[in-house]
Amino acid sequence: MSDVAARPTPPTRWTRPPVLIRRRWLRRTLATLAVLYLIAAISTVEVNWTRVAEGLERGWRFVQGFLAPDFVTRWNDIRQGLIESLTMTLTATVAGVLLSVPIGVGAARNLAPAPVYLVCRAIVAVSRSLQEIIVAILFVAMFGFGPFAGFLTLAFATIGFLAKLLAEAIEDIDEAQAEAVRATGASWLQLVNYAVQPQVMPRLAGLCLYRLDINFRESAVIGIVGAGGIGATLNTAIDRYEFDSAGAILLIIIVIVMLAEYTSGIVRKAFS
Amino acid sequence: MPGSRNPAMLSVRNLVKTYRTGDRALDDVSFDVAAGQVVGLIGPSGAGKSSLIRCVNRLVEPSGGSVHLGELDITALSSAELRRARRRIGMIFQEYALVERLSVMENVLSGRLGYVPFWRSCTRRYPERDVAQAFALLERVGLAEHADKRADALSGGQRQRVGIARALEQDPELLLVDEPTASLDPKTSRQIMRLIVEVCAERRLPAIINIHDVVLARRFTERLIGLRAGRVVFDGPPDAIDESVLTTIYGDEDWTTMDGPANAVADGASGDGDDGDDGVAPVAAAT
Repeated sequence: MSDVAARPTPPTRWTRPPVLIRRRWLRRTLATLAVLYLIAAISTVEVNWTRVAEGLERGWRFVQGFLAPDFVTRWNDIRQGLIESLTMTLTATVAGVLLSVPIGVGAARNLAPAPVYLVCRAIVAVSRSLQEIIVAILFVAMFGFGPFAGFLTLAFATIGFLAKLLAEAIEDIDEAQAEAVRATGASWLQLVNYAVQPQVMPRLAGLCLYRLDINFRESAVIGIVGAGGIGATLNTAIDRYEFDSAGAILLIIIVIVMLAEYTSGIVRKAFS
Repeated sequence: MPGSRNPAMLSVRNLVKTYRTGDRALDDVSFDVAAGQVVGLIGPSGAGKSSLIRCVNRLVEPSGGSVHLGELDITALSSAELRRARRRIGMIFQEYALVERLSVMENVLSGRLGYVPFWRSCTRRYPERDVAQAFALLERVGLAEHADKRADALSGGQRQRVGIARALEQDPELLLVDEPTASLDPKTSRQIMRLIVEVCAERRLPAIINIHDVVLARRFTERLIGLRAGRVVFDGPPDAIDESVLTTIYGDEDWTTMDGPANAVADGASGDGDDGDDGVAPVAAAT
């Protein structure tokens, strides 16, 4: 204790050292340039205010339709679109998951040999780089209008999403558990079954449910380019300026997505 | 192999391990382990203890030298042969390394993975003999009533007992034990060490126990190998460990207080009073 008192008084001021750029002048110059660029960029955005005024009115009608949704007039179309969408969503998710699991395992660096890894990563990259709408347009051109093109689009998009995230989950597993299973003389399949599967299952279940509700929402979007489902119905309603029917469709989509969200929470809890 | 159950003798010759980073973890390590012999492997962190026992079952691929289990040259095996060899070598891990989300029983049965086809392990339909043995082992380690609990529901000591049962479920001819007490309290550490040594004696199982706690190592093993910077710098009976040997293994330090704190803590916690070498009163504060 007496020791400490004898030392010179410790400094009372301390500032956190800069994390990224050490030189003060460089840090300030870069910050100033960034702000100037932001101002310049915003000033180049052209806004046609008269057009906005007109659009606002149209938007308001849309909102009114939303507030007074009409479920009845187009109910048959809505019902058929919904059934199509739900069928498309569910089948596409199941098919997508079945395809994603082997691809995801192959795309995990800690499980797959290099050639398999590269092929699987390439599949994932292709699937992820093509946006759903572009894929939908392609499949509609190939297989004609309707939910089959939608099914293919969503299944394809599911692979990119699920295989990538599954591969990442596998790469994040606790290696000690895998090492222990390997040390028993387990084969590769047994290793996957005993060390990897238990660790990634909760995440996989959560991702599948999440993808199910993404696919449902996407089914509404790709319907607009002809891939069937509720999106096609929505598109028709908007084209006919039937905003009350469109509002009804949007409300139904919101409710279904919320239901999916709620059930996925319950299922994920059961898996953890 | 299945015919003769003569416990294998382990023979390590000129073992070298150089990691891709250029770190030489093991440098010309040679030693033999006789049937039924329990060997403690001590040394400072980074001395290569962990690499050494992992080179024995090739969880870490040796860069040179050879490892023989009985007649079998482990370093020369193809990957399929290596899997068959690994079933003969049970391993117990630091931090238990149980599959946390599986049940205790599944973890113990996973010791049979090298013996059963995939469909059996996948559907959890193990042969009756394996299941009976798993229950007997859980009984032996005192966890019979916990068979269907999830592994992550157990305490540290209980988990390590499951780890021991898993290793024994393999019907091993050799045990590799990596820091079995690393995250356990002093009392549980001793119980786990005692259990390991007992099961080894029951089965005349040779074991290599990698352990950083010299006091525990001295108490529970019949032979110690000291590793420093990847080289064997000591190989002899526990009583031969004195200050100069500790300095050789770990470097300069005041070793006179060595026995004190660890024993004092352990005795305070356990009170099972089986220590012959009761240390001085707590001196930790003095250092």
